[in-house]
Amino acid sequence: MKRRKFVQLSGLGAGALMMPSLMIGNNISADQLMMPGMDILTKRKLSDVALNTARSLGSTYADARIGRYLNQYVFTREDKVQNVVNTESFGIGIRVIADGTWGFASTNSVTEDGIKKATQQAVAIAKANSKIQKEPVKLAPVESHGEVSWKTPIKKDFKDVPVSEKVDLLLSANAAAMNNGANFVNSALFMVNEQKYFASTEGSYIDQDIHRIWPTFGVTAIDRGAGKFKSRQAMSAPMGMGYEYMDGLESEKLEGPSGLRLYRNSYDIVEDATLAAKQAKEMLTAKSVQPGKYDLVLEPNHLGLTIHESVGHPLELDRVLGYEANYAGTSFATLDKWKSGDFKYGSDIVNLVADKTQPGSLGAVGYDDEGVKTKKWDLVRNGVLTNYQAIRDQVHMINQNESHGCCYAQSWNDVQFQRMPNVSLEPGKEKYSINDMIKDVEKGIYIAGRGSYSIDQQRYNFQFGGTVFYEIKDGEIVGMLDDVAYQSNTQEFWNSCTKICDENDYRMFGSFFDGKGQPSQVSAVSHGSSTSRFNGVNVINTGRSV
Amino acid sequence: MAIYTKEEAKQIMERALSFSTADACVINMGGSESGNIRYARNTVSTSGHRSNQTLAVEASFGKKSGTATIDEFDDESLKSVVQRAEELAKLSPENPEFMPPLGPQTYDESVSFVEATANIQPEFRAEVAAKSINPASKQDVTAAGFLDDSYGFSAMMNSNGLFAYNKSTNVDFTVTMRTNDGTGSGWVTRDYNDVNKFNPEEAAKVAIDKAVMSKEARAIEPGKYTVILEPAASVDLLRNMSGAFNARTADEGRSFMSKDDGTKMGEKIVDERVNVWSDPLHPDVPTSTWNGEGMPLKKMKWIENGVVKNLAYSRYWADQKGVDPVPFPSNFIMQGGDATRDELIKSTKRGILITRLWYIRSVDPQTLLYTGLTRDGTFYIENGKIRYPVKNFRFNESPIIMLNNLEALGEQVRINGNLIPYMKVRDFTFTSLSDAV
Repeated sequence: MKRRKFVQLSGLGAGALMMPSLMIGNNISADQLMMPGMDILTKRKLSDVALNTARSLGSTYADARIGRYLNQYVFTREDKVQNVVNTESFGIGIRVIADGTWGFASTNSVTEDGIKKATQQAVAIAKANSKIQKEPVKLAPVESHGEVSWKTPIKKDFKDVPVSEKVDLLLSANAAAMNNGANFVNSALFMVNEQKYFASTEGSYIDQDIHRIWPTFGVTAIDRGAGKFKSRQAMSAPMGMGYEYMDGLESEKLEGPSGLRLYRNSYDIVEDATLAAKQAKEMLTAKSVQPGKYDLVLEPNHLGLTIHESVGHPLELDRVLGYEANYAGTSFATLDKWKSGDFKYGSDIVNLVADKTQPGSLGAVGYDDEGVKTKKWDLVRNGVLTNYQAIRDQVHMINQNESHGCCYAQSWNDVQFQRMPNVSLEPGKEKYSINDMIKDVEKGIYIAGRGSYSIDQQRYNFQFGGTVFYEIKDGEIVGMLDDVAYQSNTQEFWNSCTKICDENDYRMFGSFFDGKGQPSQVSAVSHGSSTSRFNGVNVINTGRSV
Repeated sequence: MAIYTKEEAKQIMERALSFSTADACVINMGGSESGNIRYARNTVSTSGHRSNQTLAVEASFGKKSGTATIDEFDDESLKSVVQRAEELAKLSPENPEFMPPLGPQTYDESVSFVEATANIQPEFRAEVAAKSINPASKQDVTAAGFLDDSYGFSAMMNSNGLFAYNKSTNVDFTVTMRTNDGTGSGWVTRDYNDVNKFNPEEAAKVAIDKAVMSKEARAIEPGKYTVILEPAASVDLLRNMSGAFNARTADEGRSFMSKDDGTKMGEKIVDERVNVWSDPLHPDVPTSTWNGEGMPLKKMKWIENGVVKNLAYSRYWADQKGVDPVPFPSNFIMQGGDATRDELIKSTKRGILITRLWYIRSVDPQTLLYTGLTRDGTFYIENGKIRYPVKNFRFNESPIIMLNNLEALGEQVRINGNLIPYMKVRDFTFTSLSDAV
C-alpha cells in the first residue's frame, strides 16, 4: 500500500488506521446524512442511459452502479474530542465488455450527459485494451432478478443517534480507562451506510441499503521507571449492524477465563475499557514466555484473523490464478490440490464455509456488485479442500457455471472484482465449553483478541500475536504472559486442530479495512468461530533488548 | 482538467476567503490526474484514469473548528462551502489542541514537477506493459505488473496571509516475474518524478533475471546471518523507524524514543556511520517545500554519526514544550558509500542477498521489532559469490539492531521517494523458513 495515497485518520497506538482518501468523500453535516438520496425511479432511468449507450456502442454486456456512501467517524483521546467526520460520496461506475475485454469508467456527474460520456470512455478503454487481450472475458450465466431490494436488518440507524450521544459514550469509556490506571486512551467509532443501486443488461435492477459499525479503542499503560509501555486493544468486533451493537446487552456477554469479558452481538465499551486499563497495567509485569511448543486455545476474536489470512485469502480464485501475483501474491492452494479431491487442509473436525448471507456479518448483502444473489458454500468439508471463492468471469476456470456471488467495489469510483466473503469455522458438533478446551492441556497458552499478523505471499508461513495471553499449566490458567507470537504453516496448523467449542461460544471477528488489488481497494469482512484448540504449535519469544 | 496554475488557485482561494466570517479560516485546494495499467498472466487485466479536484475550508470560532469540502469552484459553491464549514464549527466541541493559522511564510521553489510525466498518454502505459510481457513470454516467464502515473497540485491559503502552492508529478512501477514451472520469482520497483529516467526494458530484465536465478531454491537453516539488503529490502524498516521520531509520543513515554523522564535526543542509537536527513530539494527525490500545517520544509538532519539530532514537533506540541516546531520529514535520505552491490557480494564470506521484505508488521513498538518475510529473490553467498537461491525466511528484527550491526554501506538508490543505500548487516535474525515462491 502506497502511504502517500492514504490518509491517517487517527493514531490508535501502534496500528494507526489508514484508509484511502477517495473513500472519505465530501464532508457534510450530520443532518445531511439523513437527507434522502436520489429517488429510485431516477436511478433506474439514469442506469438505463448507461446500459443503452453501452449497447449502442457495441458492448455485449454492461452494468451501472449508482452509489451514495455515507460515513460518520468520531475520534477521541482521554477527555478530548479529536474529530467528528461526516462524509458523503455520490457517483456512478459503469463497466462494459466490448471486443471481449472489460472497460470501466466512473463519474460524479450523475446526469444523462455525464453518464453517456463515462460510458463512452469505458467502451473506448475496453476496445483499446482488447488489442493486447489474450483471454476474452467469459461470463457465467446469472438470473435476471427484475426490480428487487435488500437492507441490512438494523434496529437503530446510526444517522438517527445524535453525535453528542456517541461522543459521550466514547468519553465515558475513556474516563473508565483513565480511572482504572490507564496513562492514555484513544477511542473511535466508525459508521458506514452504503446506498447502492445496481443495474445490468441481464435485466436486474437492485437497490440495497447496507450498514456497518466499528467501535474500537487502544489503552496504554506506562512504567517510566522500567522504561516500558503496553497497549490493550478493544475486544469489540466490527459488525454488519446498526447502532444497537452499542447497547451492551447482558444476554450477549460471555465469561472468559481469568475474568475476561467477551462479546457476541452487543458490545459494552465502558466495561471493556475498564478491564483494558487493568489488563494493560498487568501486562507491564507479565512473565516473558519461554519459547517452545504449546497447545494453543484460541478465542474467536483472535482466531478470526488467523482464518482471514490462512483460509480466506489463499482460497480467492483470482490469487490462485495469478491475477494478484504482483501485489498480495499467489496461493499454495493450487488447482491440482483442489482437483485431487483429497487435499487435507485441516483435521477431520475442520469445516470452513464461505457465506455472504450471515446476519450481523460485515459481508452480508442480498446481491453482490455484479447482480448475483448471495449464498453460502463450503470451502473445506471434513478437513478436505472443496472449493474456492469465484465471480462471474472466473468461475468457468474451475469448471463451474454459477458465480459464488462475492464481487465487490469499495465505491462507485472503483471497478468491482472478487473479494473475500465471510469465511468462518463451523462450531464443533460435540458440546464443549471454553473450560473444556483448557482443562486437559498440560502446557498451553490461551490467546484472546487480535495482535500482530504476517503471512507469506503464498500463505504457507505465518506469525500471529494477540491482545492478551494466559499461560495454561496442567489444565489451569496460571497467569498472564508477555512477548508471545506463534509461527506455523497453514496446512500443519489446521491439521493440528483437535477440539472446537460448540455453537454457544460462536462469535464473529471482523476486518473493516481489508486491502486488495492495484490500485488498492478496501472491503469489510467477518469471520465466525468458536474457541478452538491447536496442539503443539511453535511459540517464539518476541522480547528484544535494544 | 483538475490542475490549476498558481495564479488560478490563488484567485479561487481568495474568492473563498472573501466569504469567510469566522475568526480564522484555512483553505486547502488540490487536484490530480492519474492513469494506470495493470497486467497479469502476460495480458492486461485492468486500466483506468482518475481525475479529482477538491477544495476544503476549515473555519474556526475560538477553538471550535469545522471543515467542509467541495469539488466545484464557482462563486455560489465557494460561498456555500464556507458557510457549511462555519455552521459545522459552531456545532463542534472545542478542540483544546487548536492552533491559530500561521502567518505568511517564505518557501523554496520546489523541483517536484516534470512536464514529460504530466504528458503521459494511455499508449505509453500499454507500451510499458508490453515491454514486460514480450520478454517474459520469450523466456518461459509470466509477468504481472502495475504502472501508475500522476500529476497533481496542492495549495493553501489562510486568513492570516499565508499562501503556498506546489505542483508535482510521479510515476510508480512494479513488476513480478514468475517462471512458468512455479519455482522462481523475481521483482523490481522503480519510481521517479521524471518519467524520462524510467527504462522499462532494464527494469523488466532485472525481474526476469531474478526469477530465472531463483528457480529451485534450497532450504537452509534459519538463524542469524550476514545479509546484503538491497534498498527495496530495507526501505520499509527504515521508514518505520523514522515514525518513531515523533517528539510527542517520545515525551509521553510510549515510544522507542522515550527514556526515563525524557527522550533519546542527543543519544547514540545506531552505528556511527549512519547519517539520515530529509531534503525536499534533493534532485533525485524532490518533494513539496511545505507541509499540511503550512510550515516550510528545509533540509533537516535526523541521525548524525549514529546520534539522534532532531525529533519532529507539531505546532501544538512545540507550543506546549516551548520549542520551535520541527516538521515531519517528507523523504528519507540515508548516506551511502561507494561500493556497488557486486562489490558488497565480493567482500562477503558467507551471507544472504535479499531482494525485498514483505508483509512487514510491528511486533513490539517498544523495541521497534518487526516481522515479515523475504520475497522474490533470496540467494546464498559464499566466498564472494552468489552460490544458489535459497527458500524464503521469516525474520523478526528491529531496524535499530540492524543499524547497530552495520558492516558496510553501498551506493544509494531511489526507492518509493527515498534514497536508500545497499547495506551489509551482520546477525540479521531469521526465525523460520517459508515454502512460498
